Amino acid sequence: MIMMFEANLGDKWDAPSSGPPYGATFLETGKHQDAMVVTTEETDWAALLMRVRDRQDRVAFAALFRHFAPRIKGFLIKSGASPSLAEECAQEVMAVLWQKAHLFDPARASVATWVFTIARNRRIDALRKSRRPEPEDLPWGPEPEPDQAEALEMQQETERLGEALARLPEKQRTLIERAYFGDLSHSEIAAETGLPLGTIKSRIRLALDRLRHHMS
Amino acid sequence: MTIRHHLSDPILLSYSAGELPEAFSLVVATHLSMCDECRARAGAFDAIGGNVIEHCMAEMADSAMDAAMARITGLPVGAKPAIAPRGDAGLPGPLVDYIGGGLESVKWRSLGMGVRHAVLPTEKGATARLLYIPAGQAMPDHGHGGTELTLVLRGAFMDGDARFAAGDLEIADESTNHTPVADAGDDCICLVAADAKLRFSGLIPRLAQPFFRI
Repeated sequence: MIMMFEANLGDKWDAPSSGPPYGATFLETGKHQDAMVVTTEETDWAALLMRVRDRQDRVAFAALFRHFAPRIKGFLIKSGASPSLAEECAQEVMAVLWQKAHLFDPARASVATWVFTIARNRRIDALRKSRRPEPEDLPWGPEPEPDQAEALEMQQETERLGEALARLPEKQRTLIERAYFGDLSHSEIAAETGLPLGTIKSRIRLALDRLRHHMS
Repeated sequence: MTIRHHLSDPILLSYSAGELPEAFSLVVATHLSMCDECRARAGAFDAIGGNVIEHCMAEMADSAMDAAMARITGLPVGAKPAIAPRGDAGLPGPLVDYIGGGLESVKWRSLGMGVRHAVLPTEKGATARLLYIPAGQAMPDHGHGGTELTLVLRGAFMDGDARFAAGDLEIADESTNHTPVADAGDDCICLVAADAKLRFSGLIPRLAQPFFRI
């Protein structure tokens, strides 16, 4: 889980990779291997986003872009966007990620989850021309940073959720994906119960309790 | 505030997927602002969305990275927010946005018998309204063509054997013929979203056994 990031990079980044779709890492294309060494764990994304937040680190942003921009684009195409609109929206979503990095809380969500929420909102805006009211923000309390251990537990919980989803029958997984692509009716969604959400919910709940505690 | 009546999984999944009409999203967002249990459940549904997006892929244009770098150049990175002022208007933030202020800003219209309502501006297809029921007063018995969400903001009401107090959410559908009666002590103010077409048909058995969490 330790990230080494020995960069002497100036302002360089390299071209987008077209690596393997699942669990792909941004270094496997090789161009950057001289410049930095990064482990391939999911936690890297959170660490990279912290670098964007704290240092406006463009190299970290480039790494996030290589991983997430093609996924956002793919998500939007499957949600009904044309490839050109999806490309444009993926760019916009990544710019939002740069601008709102300070709002990311690694104790409450993985980077992929956070990216999903931004991409979903962009889709509602661009494709459905609709609005989605959001819950009131829970701003940071006086505590400067979420606990590292909490962030790590969130990552592990996210991995466990991924494994649990991977074990679902193919048919059910497809239905869940269709729900998130906006391709299920409400009554079809009503049938999708029993998803393996209990433990990740408990983990998020603990993080919320901590925030509330520090706010009061 | 102990909340006993919560959002259902199908509604949270639809909200997470971004597929609810605006009026329903407003009720969901308002409830989530009052209920950390449902906020955590909503976060869990978002985590599924995170997993779904991890499994998507479409190659970006060759120039995408340069375009991205040009786009963020000069874009400020936001500063960590201070503790925002909360609850100034005495209502959850999403609702304040739609009212344009607190309850004193609501433009009520009479429905007779002391009952008042105010429609909030949302996209067509579903409606959101505030409902004001004087203490002890019954709402006219009404059925539904679709799904109706009722979130209590002030006071409380009884519907049959179930009591709904501030923060509680009642989910009714076409099988429900209900008669909410405001508690004798206080006037009751609710946020209600309804859509004749929105049917979560799987909800019917769920309604027979309202579930109690916390």
